[in-house]
Formats: sequence, structure tokens, C-alpha cells
Amino acid sequence: MNKIHVQSKINGENIEFLCEPRQSLLEVLREDLGFTGSKEGCNDGNCGACSVIMDGTLVDSCLVLAVEIQGKEITTVEGLATVDGLHPLQQKFLENASLQCGICTPGFLVAAKALLDHNSNPTEHEIRHWLAGNLCRCTGYDKIIRAVQEASAVVSKSA
Amino acid sequence: MSNNSDNGKYKVIGTRPVRHDGAEKVMGKAIYGGDVRLSGMLFGQVLRSPHAHARIKSIDTSKAEELEGVRAVVTSADLPKTNEDDMIDLGEGMTRLKYIRDNILASDKVLYRGHAVAGVGAINQQTADEALSLIEVEYEVLPAVVNVLDAMKDNAPLLHDTLTTDEMGEQTDKTSNIAAHLQHKLGDPEKGFNEADIVIEHEFHTATVHQGYIEPHNGTAMWNPDGQLTIWTSTQGAFVVQKQTAAVLDHPISKVKVVPQEIGGGFGGKIPIYLEPVAALLSRKTGHPVKLLMTRAGVFEGTGPTPGSYVRLKLGADKSGKLVAGDCYLAFEAGGYPGSPMFCGCMCIFACYDVPNAIVNGYDVVVNKPKSAPYRAPGSTQVAFAIETMLDEIAEKIGMDSFDIRLLNAAKEGTRRVDDLVYPRIGCVETMEAGKASDHYNTPLEGPYRGRGIATGYWFNIGFKSCVTASVNEDGTVNLMEGSTDIGGSRTSIAMQFAEVLALPVEDVNPRVGDTGEIGYNDVTGGSRTTYATGYAAYNAAQDVKAQMIEIAAKHWELTADDVEFVDEFFKNKKDSSKQLTFKELAKIGSADDSPVIGKGSVNLGFHIGGSFATNIVDVEVDPETGKVTILRFTAIQDAGKAIHPSYVEGQMQGGSVQGIGWALNEEYFYNTDGKMENSTFLDYRIPTALDLPMIETIIVEVPNPTHPYGVRGVGEANIAPPPAAITNAIYNAIGVRFRELPMRPDRIIAALAAKRESEPMEAVAGS
Amino acid sequence: MKNFEYTAPNTLRKAISILADKNGNSRILAGGTDLIVQLRGSRFQAERVVDVKNIPELNELSYGSKKGLTIGAAVPCYRIYQNADCVERYPGLIDSAAIIGGIQIQGRASFGGNVCNSSPSADTIPVLIAYGSKCEIAGPNGKRRVPIEDFCTGPGKNVLQPDELLVSIRIPTIKNASGAHYLRFIPRNEMDIAVVGAGAYVELGNRKRTFKKVRIGLAAVAPTPLFAREASELIVGREVNDATIEAAAEAAKASSKPISDMRGTAEYRTHLVGVMTKRALQGAVKRARGGFVPNAVQEN
Repeated sequence: MNKIHVQSKINGENIEFLCEPRQSLLEVLREDLGFTGSKEGCNDGNCGACSVIMDGTLVDSCLVLAVEIQGKEITTVEGLATVDGLHPLQQKFLENASLQCGICTPGFLVAAKALLDHNSNPTEHEIRHWLAGNLCRCTGYDKIIRAVQEASAVVSKSA
Repeated sequence: MSNNSDNGKYKVIGTRPVRHDGAEKVMGKAIYGGDVRLSGMLFGQVLRSPHAHARIKSIDTSKAEELEGVRAVVTSADLPKTNEDDMIDLGEGMTRLKYIRDNILASDKVLYRGHAVAGVGAINQQTADEALSLIEVEYEVLPAVVNVLDAMKDNAPLLHDTLTTDEMGEQTDKTSNIAAHLQHKLGDPEKGFNEADIVIEHEFHTATVHQGYIEPHNGTAMWNPDGQLTIWTSTQGAFVVQKQTAAVLDHPISKVKVVPQEIGGGFGGKIPIYLEPVAALLSRKTGHPVKLLMTRAGVFEGTGPTPGSYVRLKLGADKSGKLVAGDCYLAFEAGGYPGSPMFCGCMCIFACYDVPNAIVNGYDVVVNKPKSAPYRAPGSTQVAFAIETMLDEIAEKIGMDSFDIRLLNAAKEGTRRVDDLVYPRIGCVETMEAGKASDHYNTPLEGPYRGRGIATGYWFNIGFKSCVTASVNEDGTVNLMEGSTDIGGSRTSIAMQFAEVLALPVEDVNPRVGDTGEIGYNDVTGGSRTTYATGYAAYNAAQDVKAQMIEIAAKHWELTADDVEFVDEFFKNKKDSSKQLTFKELAKIGSADDSPVIGKGSVNLGFHIGGSFATNIVDVEVDPETGKVTILRFTAIQDAGKAIHPSYVEGQMQGGSVQGIGWALNEEYFYNTDGKMENSTFLDYRIPTALDLPMIETIIVEVPNPTHPYGVRGVGEANIAPPPAAITNAIYNAIGVRFRELPMRPDRIIAALAAKRESEPMEAVAGS
Repeated sequence: MKNFEYTAPNTLRKAISILADKNGNSRILAGGTDLIVQLRGSRFQAERVVDVKNIPELNELSYGSKKGLTIGAAVPCYRIYQNADCVERYPGLIDSAAIIGGIQIQGRASFGGNVCNSSPSADTIPVLIAYGSKCEIAGPNGKRRVPIEDFCTGPGKNVLQPDELLVSIRIPTIKNASGAHYLRFIPRNEMDIAVVGAGAYVELGNRKRTFKKVRIGLAAVAPTPLFAREASELIVGREVNDATIEAAAEAAKASSKPISDMRGTAEYRTHLVGVMTKRALQGAVKRARGGFVPNAVQEN
């Protein structure tokens, strides 16, 4: 079986790789490209730990075939911070102790970023609805929601 | 918010610094067990039994071995030979070595669907996964038993040919699924019941539920030709992995090094080992490192849930509401092998109250389910469900407030428990009083089909062993090496306790979790012990550093150590008050002139060294047409002794509460008639999502633990004990139905409402 | 999963000729949220996966005042709830689109894929039935249209031949004084498969006081999603009130044949059919009268 050559942009960088059709984007990110920030929690789209942003849309990378990202732009958790510092969401997660074990945190950060890109001033209900596809077992979500609220205040002020 | 009642007594403790490992975790750079990458690494997968109970007649791995890309296949035949009677002590008393090895890779029988049967190592994950379907296992399917009461019957299918009952310390002759019967007795229960004004008795059932950590189990192993075995894994106890893996493989502990990685949740479930020996065997066979990552289905089907349970509880009270007698019969599902936390359930059933006459009979029963593993206050939730709902029933009978009946009976310092423990200073009363005075409890709840419930729960703290070493850098920062894997921010809480002694900024203390080769022995991160015990060790190490720094100052000032003191961040010359040095200044001096400062703290703190009580208040709304329960408001109250880092104490309270909410309303292992678990995905094993919950309010109570320098009580666990009971009480308040089975699913609520309407046609349902 | 050949044709004709190729079994990939999970499981393997997301007709999402709404089979949920015509004219579709899985799933999953997956509990089909939708199918012999209620033939099975694919779903133009609503019962608030789903479409007459036209679609209560024809026709011409709605709900219950499985017992599902049908009709009526009925994202 010949591998397929894929060209894509990941976190702003042009990236090329070879992959088998059966490999998911999550698998290629983690195994072949070294982006281990996205996590495998269930591999069937039910926990959100593998969330990435694909051409501006929030998706579970375990349910995207790597071959499908030809010509697309992908943002992973590794693309949130810049040389100038952490993204407000990352900063607020730290200040609010919104992570305990931290395994779900990359997925939540990416999902929350997609939310704020789409709606920079969400209500609590809108935040909870948007993040319903990200499971956390440690925090009970309370401090995650508060961090997103605080980050949205920062983001919408600077918008 | 924490009530830091010390009013400036502490410089670091009680503050909320950003955790030391925070940046790398929010950047996705932290290395969890699944992220480990080693040169030449192979990928593994485990084949699991599709049957709940079967004899293995043969395993043919040849086709799998021939698949291109497969490098090795292992089965129990690759483990050392086990004699039936070999016994081993892995820290919890003697158990059969066969049970331990068989749970890793089944030998003659599979005892639950998901039981590991073989392991494959291949050049990539896809190939390893594909190879599983080529392994041919011939099974002789046997009848399965998946309910604790059924398993106790005389005609139940037997899981083990050699298992007899440990009947209160004496082994019986009769083979059985009942592995143990334990009894506690206090006073004269028969007399107590005879003299009681009110006696009620009920039966309770709880379903099997899983810890539900988002990170599946993992294990990477490299077996060098010289016999050195290195394991990288996400675990709650690197030394447990070392000891158990060495035992399974019959390999010297001295040749096993465990390097714990960051861990994505455990709650007790990542104390047992599963994949590590399989990875080791595959590595030995291939000469390469091999990594295994468990599938989600494998996690649900192959790793320890908490026991499903049956509890029968009888309570006797006088007409003032004072409990005078208690009689509890409880049976816990151990899963395929003995060892449920039945003894903890026995300890916890009356733990919140002064019950002068009580008897508890506990049974540990094997069933065709995965071997149970600890889950956050194991056994406490199951029994709190029983007693906390029955207390409300008594309160209702005599027209007493729910908090008042609990306060009347609350355990205090000096209360003797049914297992003969006498309580030291505890905060049971204080958490209840905080609940009664809370804004939540004093805010009226209005609206149809709405109700409020409260409950209290308990968990103890184990002490056991921890050690840390601290080395002082020339710039006055300190490297703190400890051995407690950090699941929830503990490395920072431990660093804070170190920093407090020396009045250092916590950012100047660099905590690191070491591997088994670089730190001394540490017991597990579990049992609500870490902040307590490893913090205590850090405190001791800081005292040791302080003493050494005093020596350095004394030498510098040409004094003896008695003439130097450490006060208010300064090392002071008692003979000349103009002379004082900060820690930083002294570190610089010491690094030039003195031997390196290495502080050590090493503790062994006993089994039962504290206790934390948790109280919940919950408001619910029930949809009477669908049976769906919405949590409107939830308050978690807990005695932390002293909250070192209040944000992480709050986090523990919130996390345990939400696990309890899931346990109460939706979570269960669903079995078909063949005893196979059907819902082994996060789709159908339904843990709460962000949309299912309100904010979780927290109230931290601080009744200092007299056995700890800062008064710390471990808070990790007690918070999961009361939520199902509190929700049950709230549902009763809302719709007049008392549930005695978990989960309280929507269809059960509809059925109960229908039954209620039929039996009381003229009586209004609450709120309608 | 076993390896497979991946191909992404950019015309309908090419896609059909690939499917018609008898050498190997092919599966169609749109959003992948069902297919990829199924390929990982033991249900089936594919020798070839045909990615249809490059075919223009399957990406169409357009409304015309005569032709109504066209939803290309590969159009993902999020495009539907971001589309002004859908939001304004077909809020019932938004009800569905906003509750399939979570946001991540909605970023990929398509209505067409949900229809072709043909699960008895499909969240798109009841409201598509309610709207009177038709499936446009293309094959080597040309195109054909099948009413949505006839598309599914059993759990996971439908009328598509191996060399055919679903091109689009056509929904008629909406009429005045009409409204539709879909809701389902799940134990949590998101992420679950429907225990029971009910979609209702009503057209009101006589100054919005009577039912002029009614269509009720149900999910998870039969081997396929159901058009509850008897319940729908029962109340045509009758006054809009609680008793009429109750009558339709009871008739819907009578037409359901749910099974007991890990997501719900037959008794409970039957009970829920009555509740959800009632609520779907109430929501449709409210919208027909110009009222606001929130979907999952919106609050009251």
C-alpha cells in the first residue's frame, strides 16, 4: 500500500508528511509529527481530548483521516501561545487552577479558542453548550468555565 | 473561598500560586505516559476476552506472528510458571500470585469480558491492532454471574476452584465466590434495637461504576540484555509498579526502574498494574522498547471499576432522633479476583455518627466483572447512600431538620467507631454546621418538582511512607525531589509546605517527581495522603535545610549554631543584632565555602492519621414527564484541616462532587444476559458534561489535624461519598419518592412516579 | 483497521463510476464521524474509501422560493446552523443540527451522512420526515428521488444500491403559518444517542387555530425512523389545543414499536414517544404562530 503525500499548514508552518489512508489526523500529529499535545482519550469522538481547529472549524482529530487535511490549516494546542507569551485562555486556566491532571486541558483550550473566535462574549450557557463535547473528570468544569469567562473579557476587550 | 483564619500567620500556605508544571501542561508540552517516544520503539496492543467467563482451551498466535510488521506476540506462557499455592504480599496482605499474574494475562480461565489474553508488539499501532484479529483463541464458554447476590448463592457458577472464604480470620473448606466475611461489633445491638422507639430497615443496590479518567492506561518498557528493565508509565505509585511488575515477572526489584510520567487522572484506578509486564515481555522478546496504550473499551472492560454493592441497613433511634443501634450487612463485588474495598465500607457505614451499639457484616464476593480497583473513597459512597437516606427518613418521621438530626448524632473527638477506632480531633460537626449556616441552605427553593437534599460522608487519610530531598542552589533556589506522582497539583502544595518553613517564595522551590532510581521509597499518591505525608516529609526536609544553613551562618560568623536563629526570613546573629543574612545571601556564601546543602525528610506515618468529612447541599428539579433530573445548585463543604493551596482543595471538592453526581444519575456498567458489558464507550458510559452541571460552590472548613505541622487533612476523597445520597434526598423532597437503587435513571424515576400515582391517587405529588 | 485505498473524486460522474467498479467494497466518506468509528470497530472493513467532499453538488446549500431548500449530502451540520435561510425558514433543521454530538462532531458530521448511516435513532431524519423531504440519489442509470420516510429499510440499511450515492436532500418551500420543531430525549444534555426523537411540522389554518397539515417523524422507536402517518393525519382539521395534541401523541405511541436496549426499555421509550411528540407539536405550533422556541444553544 503506497503512502499518500500530504501538504498542510499546522500552527502556521508548512508541513508535509507521508501517511497511510487509515491513519487519523490525531495519530499522524502525535506519532509522525511530534505534536503530542493533542491526546487520545477515546478514539471515537466522545471526549474531545483530541480537539483541533481545521480551517476555522473545531473538530475531533481522531475522526479526521490525515489524508483529508491536504491543503488545510490546522491549529493544535501547540499553536496557541506565541513568542510573546501564553494565550489569554492558557493564562486564565493557570490562574484559575482550571486543570488538575491536565490531560483534557489541550482539548478544552483549543475548543475554547474556537468558541472565542466565533463569539468573543459568550454567556455561561453558551460556554457550557460549546464545551459539552470535551469531557473532564477531575475538575467538575467549574474552574474551566470561569477561566473561559475571564479570558473572553480579555479577548473581547482587545478585539 | 477559603477562610484563611490564620490572618497572616503564613506567608505561602493559603495562597494560590500558579502550579510549577502549569505552563508546560497548558502548552501541550508535558509528557504523559502516552507521549513517550524512544528510539526504535515498537507499539503494542492487548487482545481481550469477548466472554465473561470461559476456559481457555488453546491460543494460536502463529498467524498474528506472520503478519508483516509484527515483531512478537506474548501470552501467559511467557510469564514465569506459577504454582497454585504461591502466595505473595504486595502491601495489602497475602494473596495468590496466580491471581496477580492471571489478571495481567489469563492462563487457564478468563473471568470477565475484557480479560487480557495476549499481547502483540509491532512496528506501528495500526499493525498491532490488526494483528489481534489473527490470534485464535479457543474458549469453552461457561455461565457467568454478574450480580453480587447471585454470586453468593449456593448454585452460583464458581469463578475459582480453590477459593474458600476467609470467615472472620479463619479459612473455610467450602469453595465459594465469597472470598471474605468480616465483622465489626460494638456494644449490644440487640439490646439497642429492643429499646429503640423507631426502627427502620431497607435494602440498597448500587451499580458498577468506573473512575472514568480521560487518559487510558499506558506502559512503555525496555528490557536490556543485561536484565535492566526500565518502565515509563502513568501511575499513582512508581514503587507499586516496580514491586508488582517485579513480582509478576519474577525479576529482582533492583533491576526494575520505573520512571513515572505525567498522569491523566487516576482516582485510585491507576494504582494497579495492567500493561507494564506485557510491555516488558514484548520488549524482552523483541529487544526493542515497546509502548502500549489501552483502548477506551479496554479501560472499561479490562480495568478495575468500583464494586457494585448490596447494602442492607437497619437503624434504631429514640424519639429525639438519637441513634441507639445499627446493623449493616453489605456485600461488595470484587470482580474476577478477591479484594474489594469491603473492609472500607464496613469502616465508613457509621463513621459520621456516634452509634453506641452496632454490628457490621461485610462480604467480599467475586463476580465475572473486571477486578475492582480503588475509586476515590472506595466503599464510602456505597454505604453513605444507605445511611444518609435512612437518617432523613427518621428525621421526617419525627419532624426534625435534616442537619439537626445529623448534628445530634455527629461523631466527635472521643467517639468510638464500630471498628474500635476512637476519633481524635475531627471536623464532622463543623462541616455540618457550615452547611446549616450556608447561603445555599438558607435560600428558599421554590417551584414545582424541585427539592433539596443534604448528606454527609467521610474518608480517612492514610499516612504511610514518603521522602523528599532538597538541594540548595547557589542562587538560593531549592530543587525539591519527591516521589509522589502529581495527579492534581500536589507538587506545588508540597513545595509550598517546604517554602513556608524557610519563608521562601514558592517560585524559588522547584519540585520534581523522581523515578525509583533517584528518590527513596514513596507510597502511592492516593488514600488522601499526598499533601499530608509528602508535605510532612517536605516540612522535615526544610527543617533539615534550615539546620544546615544555620551551621553555615554560624561558621561564617564564627559562632556556634546555638547563637544563630532563623526569624522572619532572616538568619540572625544573636550575638550581634546588626548581622543578618537572607536565605539567598547565605546560599551564595555556602556555595563558595561549604559542602552542598542537601536536606532530607523521610516519614512513616501510620495507617489512619486523620479524617475528612464532607457535606453536600443539592437542589434538583425533576421533569415529571421524562424523569430527567437537573442539578440546580450544588454546594460542597469539606474539612481540609488546613488548605495549603485553596484552589486545588476546591478543585478536589468540585471534582469528587461531579463524579458523585454522575454516579447518582447516569453512570453504570450495563450488562447483557451473557454477562457482557455493552456500554464500554464514553458515548454510553455517561459521565457528566459541562452542560449537565451548574457551578459547584465550595466551602472549606478548617479544623486542624493535630498530627500535621500545618494541620493538613487529605481532602482528595471524602467529597465523593455524600453526593448520591444528597441527590436521593433531594429527589424525595421534589417528588416524594425514595430511591434505594443507583443510578436514579430517568426511566426509574418515571416508573417510580407511576407507581406512586397508582398507590396514592388522591394525594398530590409534591409541587403538582 | 485494515488499510484501504483512499480516493477523492471531484465530479459526481467519477464518484459513481468508482462505486460501480465491482472490484472491492467501497464506503463513502463525508464527515467520517460514523464511518471512521465503524472502520475501527469490527462491523465491517472497507477496501476503498470514497471521499465525496470535493463534489460540488454534494456541497450545495441553497434556498429558492420555488425549489425550496437543497442540502448537499456532504454539507456538515455547522454550515446549516450558520446559514441564514436555514435559521430563518427551517428552524427544525437547526434543532437537529445543534444537538448531534457536540460542536466537534457538528464541525464534520453531515445530514446526508446521518441519513445514509440509517440508524433507527438518527437525529436528522424525524424532522426531515416532518418537512416532507426527498432524497436525491444518483447512480449509473441517472437520478431518482425517494421520500425520506421510505429511504431507510432497516437498522443501518437503506434503498441505496452499491453503485449509488445520495446527492442531496430536498425540502419543500415553507408555507405561511407553518412551523417545525425537533427534540429528543437523552439522559444527559448533550453527546448522547436519542432514546426517543420526535420531529413535527404543522401548517395552521383558520387564523392559526386549526391544524391544516401535520407531519410527525419519530426516531429510536422502530427498526427505522418512522413517519407517524396515522397520528399526523388524525388531527388534520382539528382545533389546536391540548386535547388534540394529546390525541396525536397517543396515536404516535400506538404506532411505535421500540425495543429494549442499553439506552432505554421499550416501556420507557413508548412513554417518551407520547411526551416528545406532544412537545414537538407544541414547539411547531408556537413557531407557526410566530413565537420563539429555543434550540439547544439558545436559552429561553
